[in-house]
Amino acid sequence: MVSAFQDPVILNQWHPISSLEEINPSEKTFQTLLLDEEILYKMDKENKVLVWRKGSRDENLPTKLAYGFVWVCLGNPPETLFLFPEFDEPNRKNKATGVIGVNTSAGRAIENFCDMGHFPYVHKGILGEEPHTEVKNYDVEISDEPDEVLATNCKFFQPRANVTSTKGVDADYIYRVPHINCALLYKSSIVAGKLDVIVLFVQPMREEQIRAHTAMCIFDDSSTEKDIRLFQQLIFGQDKPILENQHPKRLPLNPRMETPIRADKTAISYRRWLLNKGLKYGTVAN
Amino acid sequence: MTNVRENNLRKIICMEKNKIYALRKKWFPIASSSDLVKRHVFQAQLLGREFAVWRADDGNVNVWENRCLHRGVRLSIGINQGSELKCQYHGWRYANRTAGCTYIPAHPADAPARTICNNTYPVKEFIGMIWSGEDAIENDFSYKELSKRTVLRPVPINAPNDLVQKNLLNYYSELNFDGLLLNDGSIEINLGGKKKILFFIQPQDSKLSVVRGVLNATLSDEKRYHFLKEQNFIIERFREKMEQISENLNLEPMVAEIEEISNDLGEPPTKEDCGRKAELRLHVSERILTSRDVVSLKLKGIEGQLPTFHPGAHIDLHLQNGLIRQYSLVNGPGETDHYRIGVKLEKDGRGGSQYIHNNVKVGDLLATSAPRNNFPLRRDSLYTIFIAGGIGITPLLSMSKALHSMELDYEFHYFVQSEKDISFKETLKILGERVIIHKGLSQENTINKVRKILQKPGYYKNLYVCGPGPMLEATLKIASDLKWADDTIHFEYFKNDRKINNDSNFEIELARSALTLTVSAGKTILEILRENGVDLPSSCEQGACGTCKVNVIRGDIDHQDVYLNATERANKNIMMTCVSRSLSDRLILDI
Repeated sequence: MVSAFQDPVILNQWHPISSLEEINPSEKTFQTLLLDEEILYKMDKENKVLVWRKGSRDENLPTKLAYGFVWVCLGNPPETLFLFPEFDEPNRKNKATGVIGVNTSAGRAIENFCDMGHFPYVHKGILGEEPHTEVKNYDVEISDEPDEVLATNCKFFQPRANVTSTKGVDADYIYRVPHINCALLYKSSIVAGKLDVIVLFVQPMREEQIRAHTAMCIFDDSSTEKDIRLFQQLIFGQDKPILENQHPKRLPLNPRMETPIRADKTAISYRRWLLNKGLKYGTVAN
Repeated sequence: MTNVRENNLRKIICMEKNKIYALRKKWFPIASSSDLVKRHVFQAQLLGREFAVWRADDGNVNVWENRCLHRGVRLSIGINQGSELKCQYHGWRYANRTAGCTYIPAHPADAPARTICNNTYPVKEFIGMIWSGEDAIENDFSYKELSKRTVLRPVPINAPNDLVQKNLLNYYSELNFDGLLLNDGSIEINLGGKKKILFFIQPQDSKLSVVRGVLNATLSDEKRYHFLKEQNFIIERFREKMEQISENLNLEPMVAEIEEISNDLGEPPTKEDCGRKAELRLHVSERILTSRDVVSLKLKGIEGQLPTFHPGAHIDLHLQNGLIRQYSLVNGPGETDHYRIGVKLEKDGRGGSQYIHNNVKVGDLLATSAPRNNFPLRRDSLYTIFIAGGIGITPLLSMSKALHSMELDYEFHYFVQSEKDISFKETLKILGERVIIHKGLSQENTINKVRKILQKPGYYKNLYVCGPGPMLEATLKIASDLKWADDTIHFEYFKNDRKINNDSNFEIELARSALTLTVSAGKTILEILRENGVDLPSSCEQGACGTCKVNVIRGDIDHQDVYLNATERANKNIMMTCVSRSLSDRLILDI
């Protein structure tokens, strides 16, 4: 086990702790765990968000409000957060769709989010269905500017790809991993040429315990907020028992611990990217 | 001072590790036999290592490491399918006994020449319990089977193994039962009469043990009820005591190291872009044993219409063990929403049919080529004779169904060893009286029968033969002796049994591509073409199917295939690039 204080990669990072919707507009103080530390947060009357370590009420931690979420840093905060331009596009609905606690590492959760091969088994009848099990070839790159893992030209057969779909389609996807614990999924929307975005921001509470914050940035206006939430809860509820039964729970960065196939190209790149960054927290290297 | 402390700590850790290594060599019970209910997967643990324990339908008990090699998901949450264990996460399947991965649904066309195999551990089933040990030594197992026995309910105790073992004997003696600590670590408690309970303590983790007992007698229902209840009560009290003592013991959980996989498994296999293509994805919608050793598979497309086929066509199956095999379609006219093939189990074969028989299940996705026809049927014949030997029935059945529906004249001879070897009986029934089945004929009688059948060659009469090599050769010789013209005899070999000589060195000139290439000994024309970016279609790649045929403009061909007939050979203008070579220094090919 690694302490976050021994790992500058995890420490000097913005971490999501809550959607703004959850804390707005109450003055209630909330408590959560981030990198093994108990932290408290609230929104005051002037809509200012305050975050502090338990027992250090007077020392406010560096905070950032972005993409509908509160971000906190326990070390030296980086100047910028990754870009997510779609968030500010007009006509889009930005919605936090729920938080789910999972006993796993952030890396395992991100990897699962970017994995298509499990759709027919874990999300049977919704995101995939036998015998449409093939993961067709797609492209992956680790880019420098911006520093992220990008998977494009992904295709997978989906019997019901989103709340509004009623029949099967070969859905197109793009996956972006612009932050060690955050991933964005782009897929076709009801507006031609525009893509809906599904968001997963992971809050590492401990090395093997996370809160997965989900959100959507979409054009759909036919489904209710409740429908969208229920759909996301159903999907993440199906992933949770799988994630909690992985061993080790921390993400293996040593390529000789697990057997990848071509379908796992995104995961291979993601693990390599993390290894090059020198991330220790929530991973196993040897 | 700190150094001394650290050194001591290191010594203790080292001692603990050595202790664990020693214990790993021993056999321990890890489950009761009754835990392995049909189609269940039981999760067990020994010395910190988790096991997935499951009984296959054939009775074999598997003790495997409890993680799928792909993404580490516990196999104990997987599905016991009777002969295979299926992982919940991505549907990977692992075979009974070998734990080898037999199916990766994400890549039905992948043919990695590698074996992905899960870690398995030794297993024994004795006295109503399942025994294992990570490094247990086969000959060290000393427990004898009890002809009469009653297995106690196992009781887990949150206390270290040695503490439980040390105290169990004393505890029973306090209750006035004498007993013995045996050399192998088990504890024998004397209940009076000749009744004894034998106890074993399973070390699950550093602070978790399971007390497992067995009585050397079979009890009637009522007695059994009281006995189990009483012992349960006694051991529960013991448990409370042990847990009180060890409550404040602070022990690190045991570490079961994850063994590194081999280097080649750490990277996904590269895929060849050139060569035999698997353009279709079909799923197995039906699997029937149509005769003693022939399995009939019905294959359906997962989307859209299947490509059209003609009678005599075959498809290549790209199997997940890396083999590519050809199978003729059995379909008749109009049967266009699926393909049907028949696969005979070749026990001494190279593994293709064995793989299909053992691993391919209903629901599986298979990667196949589109149908190809190098054994076409003439439908302008006034009379057609089919001679099928064994599994050679498959292309001929498709042909005869076509003629049947067109009400053309034919007779269908089917040579089999016995009644049990007759495949596709339902279809044969439809063809009715035109089918003549010859059962169990000796080699000599088969030849006599064939001679009789072929007695009268004639005007617009055609012969189609498919069967094992010797039978095919004999039939072709008889037909030729009886003056059947070469272009009325149509045949298809299953495989090329001839020994291929690839010692020659020569050049090939590609007339249309303006390329000259060198074919050296050990390489085939087909390989050299592909290495240079000229991608010819191919299928069997052993000179039997005719797919890689090319026209030859000039040069002396060294034919080594079994596809061409004598006339075609004599014409010297056509060759099979997968096996045939050149007798001259140079061949000019029409490509």
